[in-house]
Amino acid sequence: MTVTVRKTPITAALQGRRRPLEPAFRVVLLASLAIAVVFLGILLAYVVSEGWGRLDSRLWTNFPSKLYPERAGAQSAIVGTVYIIGLTGAFCVPIGVMTAIYLEEYASREHWWNRLIELNIQNLAAVPSIVYGILGLGVLARGLDLGRTLITAALTLSLLVLPVVIIAAREAIRAVPGSIRQGSLALGATQWQTIWRQVLPAAVPGIATGTILALSRAIGEAAPLLLLGAVTHITFNPESVTDAYTVLPIQIFNWIKQPEAEFHTLASAAIVILLAILLLMNSVAIWLRNRYEKRG
Amino acid sequence: MQITPYDPNREPPGLADPVFQVSDLSVFYGDYEAVRDVTMSIGHRQITAMIGPSGCGKSTVLRCFNRMNDLIPGARVNGKIAYHGEDLYGDHVDPIEVRHRIGMVFQKPNPFPKSIYDNIAYGPRVNGVRRGLDDIVEEALHQAALWDEVKDKLKDSALALSGGQQQRLCIARTIAVKPEVILMDEPCSALDPIATAKIEDLMHNLAQQYTIVIVTHNMQQAARVSDRTAFLTADVDKAGVRHGRLVEYDLTSQIFTTPQDERTEAYITGRFG
Repeated sequence: MTVTVRKTPITAALQGRRRPLEPAFRVVLLASLAIAVVFLGILLAYVVSEGWGRLDSRLWTNFPSKLYPERAGAQSAIVGTVYIIGLTGAFCVPIGVMTAIYLEEYASREHWWNRLIELNIQNLAAVPSIVYGILGLGVLARGLDLGRTLITAALTLSLLVLPVVIIAAREAIRAVPGSIRQGSLALGATQWQTIWRQVLPAAVPGIATGTILALSRAIGEAAPLLLLGAVTHITFNPESVTDAYTVLPIQIFNWIKQPEAEFHTLASAAIVILLAILLLMNSVAIWLRNRYEKRG
Repeated sequence: MQITPYDPNREPPGLADPVFQVSDLSVFYGDYEAVRDVTMSIGHRQITAMIGPSGCGKSTVLRCFNRMNDLIPGARVNGKIAYHGEDLYGDHVDPIEVRHRIGMVFQKPNPFPKSIYDNIAYGPRVNGVRRGLDDIVEEALHQAALWDEVKDKLKDSALALSGGQQQRLCIARTIAVKPEVILMDEPCSALDPIATAKIEDLMHNLAQQYTIVIVTHNMQQAARVSDRTAFLTADVDKAGVRHGRLVEYDLTSQIFTTPQDERTEAYITGRFG
């Protein structure tokens, strides 16, 4: 076979004229990125500038007031939000991770019922949150007589984000290489020891990321909590899980409804607080991920 | 431990006290019969090599010895594997206990994403050992000829080791459980020649204490390390389905100098496979 030597200079490609699509794709990709970043930037800048006047300690030391916007704060809503997220995490993480372990490590896909369960978990993740609100009202608040309390709200939000936690945890568990499981079992470890000591620690970064994303969704939910009695003007912090409560999204919504401009400023300031809590949670997720990845 | 140099001209060991007696072993994956009618004995403290072309079922047979095939859905065996006379697949046999006694080293080094120390200590720990772990770890690393290289970084991640070191770590990890048998599934196929040579040296030393069964693609390796060699190949039946079969099993010196079966001869002389 003879090799023909091409006569064209190899520098031609560098001039970009012969491959116009290459830079074009780059521009399209950058533009897509810009849409997300620019809108986030606009949102942040707008909210911060709107709320700047009220972004002070009154916001977290005072309680809501309908009459005196200069005195109003959101302490009960901040505390309520933190409580609810804590409780929701405490309910949905163990249950979600255990469900994921069962589906990934024990359930055989050969059985139709396991495939049906999988399919339905995916469907549940797409159910509108208001439907969960109705479920919580009907079954938890009334059926189990838990009332419109913190515990009802936390359990309802747990149900809401549980499918997302399960799906994220399954992905993380599935990403653990099979060779790790085999290595562990070949040393005479039981299946449970293998899961508890090898698979789960290796899956923690993925589980943490997915869980925080799910909880971030829960933190911003207002719709189901409207049905579950998250009242606006709560002038005390919840002290037990059976207390009435309010949360930031509801408080924000109610302030925006007020005619006075001062309340709108207050709402913007509260949004900044909500975003700050979200950022804090994401930082925890990143910290957890780094901590567990370093071990590897 | 006193290590005497390996003598390639030593007396060929007999099979008077076999560790495994395999009789008419067939392995199925679902309806597919991957291996058919294997009969062979594995000698005590000998190195037994299994060679053959890809898909001949040598790894499948190996994985029957510590019941790792149990983990594959639909896998089952017919026939019998006796371990010191006891049916390995009997109803009363606990596969976890089997794997304590019969360890396994895999094709690709698979250290756990933990420290070197924790990798070695893992086996004893899951078996309930709490005391004397330091000594167990040190002894296992000595036996795997890895101690001098890692003694100052036991707390470092095992994933930072080179491929050859990782594989010796996996051998050390297996030794730490104090098994009787070590199964090796192509342990050098992912390693360079120098790392391979180290593992082969190691195997000679280990054979003084352990019974070793090794699956290998590399005929020279089988010739260098093993006392006995089994040659397997895949037969195609009338329906066009491939089944692994044991063609010949003998002392390694016999297999590589005067094979009895023409298929063995064709394979070891490089005419097929």
